[in-house]
Amino acid sequence: MITVYHYMTVAAILFAMGTYGVLTRRNAIVIFMCIELMLNSVNLTFIALSSHLQNMDGQVFVLFVMAVAAAEAGVGLALMIAFYRNRDSIDVDDINLMKL
Amino acid sequence: MENLVQIALQNVNMAAILPSLVLTCFGMGLLLINVFLPRGTTRHAVWISVIGLVVTGFFVYTGWGNPQYGFNDAVANDNYTAFFSVIFLFAAGLTILMSDDYLTREGYPVSEYYPLILFATAGAMWMASGTDMLTIFLGLEVMSIALYVLAGFFRGQLRSNEAGLKYFLLGAFSTGFLLYGIALIYGVTGSTKLTEIGIYLNAHGSLLENPMTLAGLVLLSTGFLFKIAAAPFHMWTPDVYEGAPTPVTAFMSAGPKAAAFAAFLRIMEYCFFSLKPEWTAMLWVIAVLTMVIGNVIAIQQTNLKRMLAYSSIAHAGYALVGLVAANEIGYSGILFYMLAYTFMNIGAFAVLVLAGKKGEDNLTLEGFSGFGLKRPFLGVAMTVFLFSLMGLPPTAGFAGKFYIFAGAVKAGYIWLAVIGVLNSAVSLYYYLRIMVYMYFRDAEEDYAWVSLPAAAVISIVIALIGVFYLGIIPGDVMEMAKMAIF
Amino acid sequence: MYDKLWLIPFFPLLGAIINGLLGKRFIKNEKVIGAIGTGMLFLSFLVSCKYFIQLLGDSVKSHQNVIASWMSVGKLQVDWGFLLDPLSALMIMVVTGVGTLIHLYSIGYMHGEEGFYRYFSYLNLFVFSMLMLVLGNNALVMFVGWEGVGLCSYLLIGYYFEKKSAGDAAKKAFVMNRVGDFGFLLGLFTLFWALGSHGVWTINFVEITENAHLLSGDMILGASVTTVATLCFFLGATGKSAQLPLFTWLPDAMEGPTPVSALIHAATMVTAGVYMIGRMNILFAMSPTTMFVVALVGALTAIFAATIGFAQNDIKRVLAYSTVSQLGFMFVAMGVGAFTAGIFHLMTHAFFKACLFLGSGSVIHAMHHALHHAHLDDDAQDMRNMGGLRKKMPITWATFGISCLAISGLPFFSGFFSKDEILWWAFASTRGNKVIWVIVVVAAFMTAFYMFRCLYMTFYGEQKTNPKAKDHVHESPWVITLPLVVLAGLATVGGLIGIPHAIDIAHVGNKLNAFLAPVFHHSQELYKIEAHGSASTEIILMVFSVAIALAGIGFATVMYMKDPSLPGKFTAKFPTLHRVVFNKWYVDEIYDTLFVNSTKKLGIFCWKGFDVKVVDGIVNGIAKLVGALSSVLRYTQSGLFTNYALTMVLGTVVMLAIFILN
Repeated sequence: MITVYHYMTVAAILFAMGTYGVLTRRNAIVIFMCIELMLNSVNLTFIALSSHLQNMDGQVFVLFVMAVAAAEAGVGLALMIAFYRNRDSIDVDDINLMKL
Repeated sequence: MENLVQIALQNVNMAAILPSLVLTCFGMGLLLINVFLPRGTTRHAVWISVIGLVVTGFFVYTGWGNPQYGFNDAVANDNYTAFFSVIFLFAAGLTILMSDDYLTREGYPVSEYYPLILFATAGAMWMASGTDMLTIFLGLEVMSIALYVLAGFFRGQLRSNEAGLKYFLLGAFSTGFLLYGIALIYGVTGSTKLTEIGIYLNAHGSLLENPMTLAGLVLLSTGFLFKIAAAPFHMWTPDVYEGAPTPVTAFMSAGPKAAAFAAFLRIMEYCFFSLKPEWTAMLWVIAVLTMVIGNVIAIQQTNLKRMLAYSSIAHAGYALVGLVAANEIGYSGILFYMLAYTFMNIGAFAVLVLAGKKGEDNLTLEGFSGFGLKRPFLGVAMTVFLFSLMGLPPTAGFAGKFYIFAGAVKAGYIWLAVIGVLNSAVSLYYYLRIMVYMYFRDAEEDYAWVSLPAAAVISIVIALIGVFYLGIIPGDVMEMAKMAIF
Repeated sequence: MYDKLWLIPFFPLLGAIINGLLGKRFIKNEKVIGAIGTGMLFLSFLVSCKYFIQLLGDSVKSHQNVIASWMSVGKLQVDWGFLLDPLSALMIMVVTGVGTLIHLYSIGYMHGEEGFYRYFSYLNLFVFSMLMLVLGNNALVMFVGWEGVGLCSYLLIGYYFEKKSAGDAAKKAFVMNRVGDFGFLLGLFTLFWALGSHGVWTINFVEITENAHLLSGDMILGASVTTVATLCFFLGATGKSAQLPLFTWLPDAMEGPTPVSALIHAATMVTAGVYMIGRMNILFAMSPTTMFVVALVGALTAIFAATIGFAQNDIKRVLAYSTVSQLGFMFVAMGVGAFTAGIFHLMTHAFFKACLFLGSGSVIHAMHHALHHAHLDDDAQDMRNMGGLRKKMPITWATFGISCLAISGLPFFSGFFSKDEILWWAFASTRGNKVIWVIVVVAAFMTAFYMFRCLYMTFYGEQKTNPKAKDHVHESPWVITLPLVVLAGLATVGGLIGIPHAIDIAHVGNKLNAFLAPVFHHSQELYKIEAHGSASTEIILMVFSVAIALAGIGFATVMYMKDPSLPGKFTAKFPTLHRVVFNKWYVDEIYDTLFVNSTKKLGIFCWKGFDVKVVDGIVNGIAKLVGALSSVLRYTQSGLFTNYALTMVLGTVVMLAIFILN
């Protein structure tokens, strides 16, 4: 029997994977993909809980998270393009002008 | 079907979102108008935005003392919202007034800048008015997305690109934590409404020990502490503040920070009041860490924008002290402090905006040598703002710190107050250094490029009035802040 | 009804702001600047008159006007509020009235000075602070004014800041005042704490007066709380009002322009200490010990300063010591419980001393111009360069003479009534003391003597001015003489509002006594402070004091008119005495040795021995530590996204770990 705990465990693993990816990857786009993975693990959690609790709030939340993620993707990619134009790179280690 | 519509509409109460609605309409209208005007014309946008802010301010004013709840209790337009809205409106207004000539000077006279600020402000207002995790999250994202764009607004400048991108990546990352926290809390309590969560947690004492609740609380806090720029989630602040266009920095340091405080405070008080001992202990450590890190690193800074960025971290630490105190004076102290900080910090940034050359390479301590003598008005204004940031009477900063620390002492956190005062003493060092350079170093330049555009001067004068008003008669506003908290 | 009280301090503040901000760049014209400064104060005077008259006809004698809440902490509520009662009403009349005249005078006196706008801005600011001091309804507003007048006094003493002596004098005044302020604050804290321990958290004067009785019997450090608090307050008063031991700044303060000396260092600011005791009279009345100390210090100051006045040749310094001495009289009055008499003398003194100072200013002004005209650098303030100015400056002479008669206490001049009441209370009050009476009488004799010495040396005899400049001495213009005439008039008739009962033949009654009764009678009755004695005794004493004054005058006449060689012979006979007195009893030197030098030595020791090694070691150590910490910590700020994200994750994980493990 697959219970809500299984779903949540999978979601937690996904969240951890996303976090790990953010910390280890250097390519800004991949990092952003990892962040999307985190958001989707949250969505999975919401859906699972919503179904478990027989409560619609979670599902509504997921829709909004998806919409927001789309908006974020638009802005984020635009920022990356602007950065790429000036720096010829989207390696996050090259975001190093301001420090200390 | 008709019944359903009626049920749905019953719960909608437009009065609950009226101010932010008006503001959004102005922002969208402005976007449309911009389409029909040639590129490079921005003056109209300034005044339309200011009018929009004033009109919004009027609706905020009428909402005072007349709480409205709407959208199935997801939004509350109460005194608390109104007080914070005033802070956001001032932050936006002062920023907009100082921006026009700056954008032209830096070569980006783009009128889309202004709607973005209005949207960020509207988002901040939703954060303050949200009584459901969903509305708070939406407000946060509306505000943040506008800010990502604003931080990277100078497309051709690498610094601005970097600021925008760094802010975006870290911001989105922190959003992930925030959302996961919300999801866990939802799982524990079965609701996303703040009051319901609070009641549920209070009624089921065993849940307070549940790792899922605690994890939810921590992850949620991470999301907000990131926006507040509290240590150890503060690291984006100096880099982003330094790279972003200066007026945007000014705005970010006041409006969005206050918005994060607004939402954080409401969530902590509504949802987690039964966990108060736990989270105050956590915030105690974070407040101390934030104050110390902000002030200590600021000492070594020579770039003024970066120095003020660290100082803004330190100020977030002071405000957190009010949250730790978790009593009437502490909470209302936060409200007061955010307003005071809006005036003094945006004022200081406005002076920087006017003092900078194109590219702003001269905004360093050395670059300020003799500035106060050559440019007396700006020098005096900067002195006042710095005094206020130091927390000296009779300025707003003193009154604000006084209330916050009084709250901490009253709640029994004597040591926290002592650490706060010691930190203020440390902060004297780097603030005074600016003044030493301004007045006691021989000027190497004549600062001939510094002009005093009317709009920016208005912005500085408003900030000055605010600083003195709050410093000399803080009582009235403090009374209002007390009426605003729950 | 009394809701526009704030207008009274507002006008001078407005004037200060206008002249301060716009004076240099935009207004420039001296006449306009002067008119703004004087006009603003005159408006304030008119408002004061209105409220004064309104208060006269009102049966309720205490009105508060709160304009804004300042701060509320716990149960303590502090407002920006004003209090109008007979005491403050009288004070605002004196401050704005005399102030207006002195502003008018300043237009003529400061003509052509660089920084004319600055002068008027400071002067307006001073009046604003003084009005806050006297009108404040709580001790904090009073303290704001208290500090404000100190600051303005500092600025105005140092007005000629390019002169080193002026800068030094300003610093000295500031430091000595700070010593006093320290006492004021200590007193305030003690009082606040003591009342708070009874559950009354307040610093409002009305509430303090109402709740003062709670304090009787409270002890602190082995003394009653009221004694400790009032002694602290009195220390504050000695600083501000130039009493022993903190009086030496006042004579040095004469470095400022003469109208400043008249306004700040004679008529208003220096009387703040007396006013403060009047304001808190109930607390002082509760502590006979403090009252005795006040009376004794006042009496000693009165006689001590008078002796120094004997031997001064600088006309303004004579007046300065005379002021210190007269302030001593006022404190004697406060100390023996004659609160009304003290305030009465404060008022009459404001008239005649302002007139004397302005008269001396008129003389100095004329001398200065004459000497300047003749390209001489003789001292324009040295009385040995004057003499015989009576014919040259008739109005100045007449007004100066009248004021001399008033200060000496000749019958029916204002000084007579006020001084006499003080003497009577010192003699007959339940808190009085015969020794103090004797001291004060001797001081009164000396006052008559040195004032007439001053008058004779300046206006009579041969003119000893350098012949080249002799004929260029002229009477001053009307803006200078008009205030003199008005003040001389007031110095003549001002005493009639307080005719003592014993000689009140026409039965007009003691108007001032009745007017101030609501403020003082309560405490006088409660703590049984009264002067008892027969009318005949009073009249005998009165005649005696007039005789004493006449003796002083006669003595001066003999020495400086009839036989001008006498003073020289006298000093030749008692060279040591003269030297000691001439050098002001070496008080400055003693202070220098005792406090300044030893403090310096201690300072040098601390600096070389303690500070450099220990304190600097610690402070620098801490600073270095912070600096080192700073340079280490800033490297956490690597600029790299990955590090930032990792810190966030670690922060969250640590928080989680702590939470869940707990």
